[in-house]
Amino acid sequence: MRAEKQMKKNKKNKIKVSVGYRIFTVFNITLLILLALSCLLPFVNLFAVSLSGQFAVNSNSVSFWPKDFTLASYQFVLESGQFLQSFWVTVKRVVLGVSVNMLLVIPTAYVLSQPERKFKHRKIFAWFFVITILFSAGLVPWYTVVRATGIMGSIWALILPDAVPVFSMLVLMNYMRGLPEELQDAAFIDGAGHVRTLVSVILPLCLPSIATIVLFAMVGHWNAWFDGMLFMNRVEDYPLQSYLQTIVVNPEQYLASMRGSGSTAIQNLLNFVSARSTRAAQLFVAILPIMLVYPFLQKYFATGLTVGSVKG
Amino acid sequence: MRKQRTAGQKATLSGKDAEGAGVKKKKFNKSALPLYLMILPAVIITFIYKYIPMAGSIIAFEDYKLTKGVFDSTWVWFDNFKYIFNLPDFWNVLRNTFLIAFAKMIGNLIVPIVVALLLNELRQVGLKRSIQTLLYIPNFLSWIILAGMFTDILSPSSGIVNQLLGYIGVGPIDFLGSNDWFPFTMVATDIWKNFGYGTIVYLASLASIDPALYESARMDGASRWQQTIHITLPGMSSIIVLMSLLSMGSILNAGFDQIYNLLNPMVHESGEIIDTLVYNLSLGNGMYGPATALGLMNSLVSFTLISLGYILADKFLDYRIF
Repeated sequence: MRAEKQMKKNKKNKIKVSVGYRIFTVFNITLLILLALSCLLPFVNLFAVSLSGQFAVNSNSVSFWPKDFTLASYQFVLESGQFLQSFWVTVKRVVLGVSVNMLLVIPTAYVLSQPERKFKHRKIFAWFFVITILFSAGLVPWYTVVRATGIMGSIWALILPDAVPVFSMLVLMNYMRGLPEELQDAAFIDGAGHVRTLVSVILPLCLPSIATIVLFAMVGHWNAWFDGMLFMNRVEDYPLQSYLQTIVVNPEQYLASMRGSGSTAIQNLLNFVSARSTRAAQLFVAILPIMLVYPFLQKYFATGLTVGSVKG
Repeated sequence: MRKQRTAGQKATLSGKDAEGAGVKKKKFNKSALPLYLMILPAVIITFIYKYIPMAGSIIAFEDYKLTKGVFDSTWVWFDNFKYIFNLPDFWNVLRNTFLIAFAKMIGNLIVPIVVALLLNELRQVGLKRSIQTLLYIPNFLSWIILAGMFTDILSPSSGIVNQLLGYIGVGPIDFLGSNDWFPFTMVATDIWKNFGYGTIVYLASLASIDPALYESARMDGASRWQQTIHITLPGMSSIIVLMSLLSMGSILNAGFDQIYNLLNPMVHESGEIIDTLVYNLSLGNGMYGPATALGLMNSLVSFTLISLGYILADKFLDYRIF
């Protein structure tokens, strides 16, 4: 339909923008703005609820602007102890986890980026890693092995089982293969070994790619929840997302459990918060760190989108 | 992005040229021993946490008891598989899984392409960038956060979505609590989470189409629509085919993170999927053998399709992962 209209207009006037296309443009801009709003407004609503008073929230009168503005929900979240405790566990896991990821991924990518005449078994080892993304072992054997290695309940249970992110490794490896081989040969002539070449010559050139995979690893560790739920025996050791998992779907139950336990400050705050506003506050604090790295994510993540290459 | 792609292409080329240049460069060869040492830690950890569990899938043929371990549990061969096929729920679960996963696959393929094409028509650079920035937000948030958010905004009694629908005289709709709506909600929210990210892939491929093609089409009097049909879409075809091939493996992957966190007793019938059943059987009910059998079947199907996808991509598009 639209095409026909446009074709007609185009015959009449080739240089000016056709009326049909103008109508399309208005329609297009409206649609795209609506789509963009659909990605933003849920969070605005969540934020507004988290800052609104108990009565306003319970009477469903909060939309995109806080009503009866109060910080009580945030106070409640910070006073309730477990949230901060879990936040801290997550910070630890992100720092430790990303470091371990990089310490394993960078040398591996370097080795696998070597041409076959320098590293004869390149293909075999590459397949060794790639197979793990093609075939996933089941939940029970995985759980059993993690338990058997004796790391259940410690922070290592959140780090070791996925210590080698294969996708990131492939992204970095392909990036390294794009560097001129002469760089490495020059370093060898100057007497550098593989480790020295990697650290002083190759790594500085890979910083954009490394930024990408560091960001991926950070977001991955920040968002992981299943391993915490499976491998942590005590709720106090739960990372943030695993802890949130226990409350998000049923905040009423959580609020009820806080009644009668906890400090007097908590008991006082319970008179000012609602189940929905405390949940909204907890979710919002958990979103915040992602939003802080968001500009960087935007800058780098496009590079990490596609693994491999299409000749064309 | 474009820089990255050329780097990738160069990589494929240099890999092939290297054989010829090998003779000249041979004298720079260092001993390969340090290379093996550098790769060793990653190999060991991958072996322990990925390969041993793969071998551990033999639990599927045992009456596995945590107390007895893998080696001392009794062999029951295919009893666990029989048990799974005889579960009254099984075919329903398989149907749910397939329907949800398939709808997600199609949606996650088509929506980003359409959005990329629409974004590409925007001439206002600032507006285009701001819209793009907003579209990716959900992608970086976990399903825990999003499950909490959706439970709130989709609630039939207090959610903002039903309030808004109320203004236009629709609803209230119980998106997460009715069997008619639950699968649809899973598909729609999953596409909502992913489409911004997928859009980038296609925008990048749009950016790499030769502007001269559009130039000459305009000279010949082609309309925007004709340009889209005859230049833009063919220019994107290889990346579209690639994405479809690579998504084949997710045909039984309906999304555990999402569904586990949004599933509730009211929508068991339409929402239980293979992955949640595996979880409930094993860690919920201690039926480790049957759960592993079910998981193993799922993994084998996915493995076959993923491999097939890569093989086809390699054959027809010359796509290499490494």
